[in-house]
Amino acid sequence: MPEIEFRQAIRDAIGEEMSRDDSVVLIGEDVGAAGGVFQVTRGLHEQFGSRRVVDTPISELALAGTAFGAAISGLRPIIEIMFGDFMTLAMDSLVNQSAKYWFLSNEQSSVPLVVRSAVGPGGRFGPIHSQIHASWFMSVPGIKIVAPSTPADAKGLLTSAIRDDNPVLFLEHKRLYALKGDVETQVVPIGVAATARTGTDITIVTAMKSVHDALAAAETLAEAGIDAEVIDLRTLRPFDLTTVLDSVSKTKRIVVVEEGPRTGGWAAEVLASVVEHRVGSLQVAWRLAMPDIPLPYSPPLEDAFLPDAERIATSVLQRLGAESPRARATT
Amino acid sequence: MTTESAGVGSVGVTRFWTATADLEDDREAAVGLFRTMAFARRFEETTQSLFLRGAIYGSTHLGAGQEAVSIGVCSVLQPQDRVAATYRGHTTCLGLGISPVGLLAEMMGKGNGISAGRSGSMNIISLEHGLIGCFGIVGGSIAAATGVAFALKYQGKDGVAVAFFGDGAANQGYFQECLNFASIQALPVVLICENNQYMEFTATGAVTAGGILPRVRALGIPAEEVDGQDVWAVREAAAQAVARARAGKGPQFIEAQTYRYSDHARGDPINYRPDGEMDAWKARDPLLIARSRLMSMYGLAEAEVNALVESANAQVASVRAEATAAGFPVPGDFGSEFRETAVASDA
Repeated sequence: MPEIEFRQAIRDAIGEEMSRDDSVVLIGEDVGAAGGVFQVTRGLHEQFGSRRVVDTPISELALAGTAFGAAISGLRPIIEIMFGDFMTLAMDSLVNQSAKYWFLSNEQSSVPLVVRSAVGPGGRFGPIHSQIHASWFMSVPGIKIVAPSTPADAKGLLTSAIRDDNPVLFLEHKRLYALKGDVETQVVPIGVAATARTGTDITIVTAMKSVHDALAAAETLAEAGIDAEVIDLRTLRPFDLTTVLDSVSKTKRIVVVEEGPRTGGWAAEVLASVVEHRVGSLQVAWRLAMPDIPLPYSPPLEDAFLPDAERIATSVLQRLGAESPRARATT
Repeated sequence: MTTESAGVGSVGVTRFWTATADLEDDREAAVGLFRTMAFARRFEETTQSLFLRGAIYGSTHLGAGQEAVSIGVCSVLQPQDRVAATYRGHTTCLGLGISPVGLLAEMMGKGNGISAGRSGSMNIISLEHGLIGCFGIVGGSIAAATGVAFALKYQGKDGVAVAFFGDGAANQGYFQECLNFASIQALPVVLICENNQYMEFTATGAVTAGGILPRVRALGIPAEEVDGQDVWAVREAAAQAVARARAGKGPQFIEAQTYRYSDHARGDPINYRPDGEMDAWKARDPLLIARSRLMSMYGLAEAEVNALVESANAQVASVRAEATAAGFPVPGDFGSEFRETAVASDA
């Protein structure tokens, strides 16, 4: 089984779907000749030509609007909005046109398009090149939001997203682009979470880069005698509540880890749904997110914001009333 | 001339497709154009009446006074063409042959409305008539049509996409972004700016630097001004623009000068128009101009023209009765936010 980078898994999914289906087109800023600012789409322009891999001006609104119009006319556009932060510029078309068309038209047509963006903090990009726009779209019916954590899921989920008849936001965490992993030839369904680690004492629910942090934290917790289950949501909207509830039924404890501001985030939605369904049997439920302050640039300042492996472990130990192994070692 | 009758409802209007812009020898088509405009005028009067009676909800945006633009443009389109209209789109809908009963019923929130009461007046969609939508956000129609044109060109189809939008859209980001993209891609999109002189409650000239056409020409897009009160002039300009776009000559732009008789929408104070301005425009009412053309060019007697108006009015009365009698949708099944997709599990 080939081990490939996360970015190549994305490139392979796009290339294979374009080979399979002539209605799939790739449109975006610098995606063609330049291969994308993160080199995700490198080589696709040479392979498919400028008819199918289209470089655009810096016009996010035109990009999203063009994708909408093309998607209701028989194409399956994949557009790249370079950084998730730039989604503000494309929002009218996505929220008021693409997301609502299936409903508004009384189901005359849906809008099969994919919007890819690089997202996430930790790259020293500052406050307006590090945001994860998922939370802005959580309250928009008609939109799906996919957020993979591994190369295999990136490929399998992007394949599903391209074949999906609805608008899908596809989130590519910048700090995962170089991650290598085995990639099976398996399509991964949207809306299905993965249990990345099984455990009995606490459920850690998260996505993207934080899945890896949660897995590292789980090792630390294991040393302290806490057996954590880690759930990789993979899809944030609609998310797999069943898998989360099944896990919480077992552990009675849940923490949701989000690399975004605490207020109004997707983690809040996950927690609210869990509380609605399991309030009587829950012992503890909380969020580990970032402060409600724009993300600072300077490395020590940015690092202080991130819910990394150590913070996840510490937060769980504090909530569960245990002593951290590190604290024990130093006494 | 080919015709197509309307779909939903027992009372229909006819959409006119003519091979050329020259109506000189086509009396039937000329009569049909006038009648469609007369129908649309009475339809909007009826919309206003129902709104004031509380039978149409929220807000309405009437097209009375602007009939010649949308109906003139729609009359030169072919079945493979696609149209994106605005929230002031009732007249465009009628110009495309959409069922007036389905349209009025939708505004009244009825179950037999075009979108079964889901969309209301501002967001009418009827793909079978080539209407990809009326767009409730200023400028949204431009982007939608740009995307449709991208697909038409990509697929090697013969169609063109038409965007209707108002003068106010010229100051929107959609305008600059999409016209630039359409121009560099040479997309088959025809851009129809219905300049009704006011963007909502504010005179367009007071808030628009340098005029609209120079902006368009600066982007390398052929642009011309047309008398939007004269349906013959609109047809001629539109036919040429559509033909150029269809022939692969890229986007084409028409600024049609016209006038909105109604307020912008519900809640409009209507205190912003200079004295006499409305009267001056009404002296060049599109129906008056078309009426005199029918009499001078095609030899219709005044009584014949009056009979056309009366029959259109009677037809609208039937539309109103049918839409009024229809039932409301029953809350319960709101459908799904997503279209169900069967994704093959193989790679």
